[in-house]
Amino acid sequence: MKILVAVKRVIDHNVKVRVKADGSGVELANVKMAINPFDEIAVEEAVRLKESGKASEVVVVSIGDISSQETLRSAMAIGADRAVLVQIPIDMILEPLDIARLLQKIVFAEQPDLILLGKQAIDNDCNQTGQMLSALLKCSQATFASLIEIEGSALLVTREIDGGLETLSLPLPAVVTTDLRLNEPRYATLPNIMKAKKKPLEIHDISQMSFSPLGQVKILTVSEPKKRTGQCTLFNDANALVSELQAKEAI
Amino acid sequence: MNQLSVLVVVEHDNQTIKSSTYHSVTAAKQMLAGQGYLHLLVAGHQCEKIAELAAKIGGAEKVILIDSSELSHQLAESMTDAIVSIAKDYSHLIFPATTFGKNIAPRVAATLGIAQISDITEVIDAQTFIRPIYAGNALATVQNNGHQVVLTIRSSAFLAAVDTPDIVAIEKHSVSGLNQLAQLKSQSLTQVSRAELSSAKIVISGGRGLSSGENFALLESIADKLGAAIGASRAAVDAGYVPNDYQVGQTGKIIAPDLYIAVGISGAIQHIAGMKESKVIVAINSDPDAPIFQIADYGIVGDLFEILPEFDKALA
Repeated sequence: MKILVAVKRVIDHNVKVRVKADGSGVELANVKMAINPFDEIAVEEAVRLKESGKASEVVVVSIGDISSQETLRSAMAIGADRAVLVQIPIDMILEPLDIARLLQKIVFAEQPDLILLGKQAIDNDCNQTGQMLSALLKCSQATFASLIEIEGSALLVTREIDGGLETLSLPLPAVVTTDLRLNEPRYATLPNIMKAKKKPLEIHDISQMSFSPLGQVKILTVSEPKKRTGQCTLFNDANALVSELQAKEAI
Repeated sequence: MNQLSVLVVVEHDNQTIKSSTYHSVTAAKQMLAGQGYLHLLVAGHQCEKIAELAAKIGGAEKVILIDSSELSHQLAESMTDAIVSIAKDYSHLIFPATTFGKNIAPRVAATLGIAQISDITEVIDAQTFIRPIYAGNALATVQNNGHQVVLTIRSSAFLAAVDTPDIVAIEKHSVSGLNQLAQLKSQSLTQVSRAELSSAKIVISGGRGLSSGENFALLESIADKLGAAIGASRAAVDAGYVPNDYQVGQTGKIIAPDLYIAVGISGAIQHIAGMKESKVIVAINSDPDAPIFQIADYGIVGDLFEILPEFDKALA
């Protein structure tokens, strides 16, 4: 079984983002970037499937500017075999459906049996790409996966849903998006980081891919959310707190 | 398509309509602003009763019922086919931003070749919306330039629509050959007797500070007295204290109750993203430097194992 994993380069999840003064976006210059945490979980899962003998090859793909090579190298340091970058100009804006359409092209070229993505990117918080890719491929989907098992020719995926959990059986090929509790990604060791530098990384320039972006949704402005005003009033004991909450009719 | 025409996809479990639907209807009405029309779609199997309940929701002109055994588990593949079969009549296709809506909406959008706008918190006009990005640390104002668009609605940002005495017509549609690729094997739902987390007026949440799942019992008695729902931080879920669907945060549920009580929760970016729109925030934490105190209105610095029993007693 061949697994394709899509990864995205995003602002590191620990960074407190700053909105640009001109409202054009958030400050990305000189900010620490990292692999999207959900995608890291997807790579880890693919590598585990390979280590358990269930997968034969793990290919990672990213769509981004030249700096996304670094993200692909870190995915290969976790254990992916090779990487594909769809390189876009640094100022190009793509919507999730554009990303799904580009991934569809890579899927046609690679013919994977399983496609793993994170459930959402922590920058745009869209939670769309996996579902869209699955729709374009007309295959089955399992979103928010917290357990993936292989049973014969089918995939059993346990999903996190609002009321609890559910398990689906999917025929392959399928698209699965990962939730946080699927696994704990490993740290890449120095030897593996060195090895990852030698693994193949293939670059497709978007200008050579006869692709035009959808351009349906335009971001007009990005602004700061309103700050919560006022200070925290501290109490010494619970009785005083309860009295205050009652006085304010909060309880 | 020039006329505004909105379809809200009803979230239900064959017994009740989920509150998320009522909040979505309010957002839909804001988009229409008195123009065009609003229809509700009830899709599933043996959900006649749900269609009757939907027919009471104020503001809709019609309920469309697609009832098929192929929709019995409301899986994304078959639901998408059912929704797409009627989608051409609508400029806006609306889903709640719950796991139900997030699962299906993008599949519908891609099948139609149109964009989706996720998790909107404000309607500026029929084509312009505000949505949080970067875990709620920035707000993007986005504009739809297409003839059709799919949207998901953040429940906590809109009031719930209410039932009216006017009952609208139910129109049955039949569709066949729905995609049956995926099969449901099993489901395990968390049994809760308390208020539902996403619609509760008061929420009390526990974090790693509670040290064990058993200690969540300390929150239960307080929750019962306040009529509150119980939530948790990611740390508490990851440590196995409570099930995943208790999680409040960027990657869990996003809520905005009237009162949010955070117990033993430090207030990481990802948790705050899920509760910072609460009207009043109370923090109980032993660390005076915990970031939660920067957004809390009221707080106590101290040992939660002493404070919670006191809190419970003070409510009696």
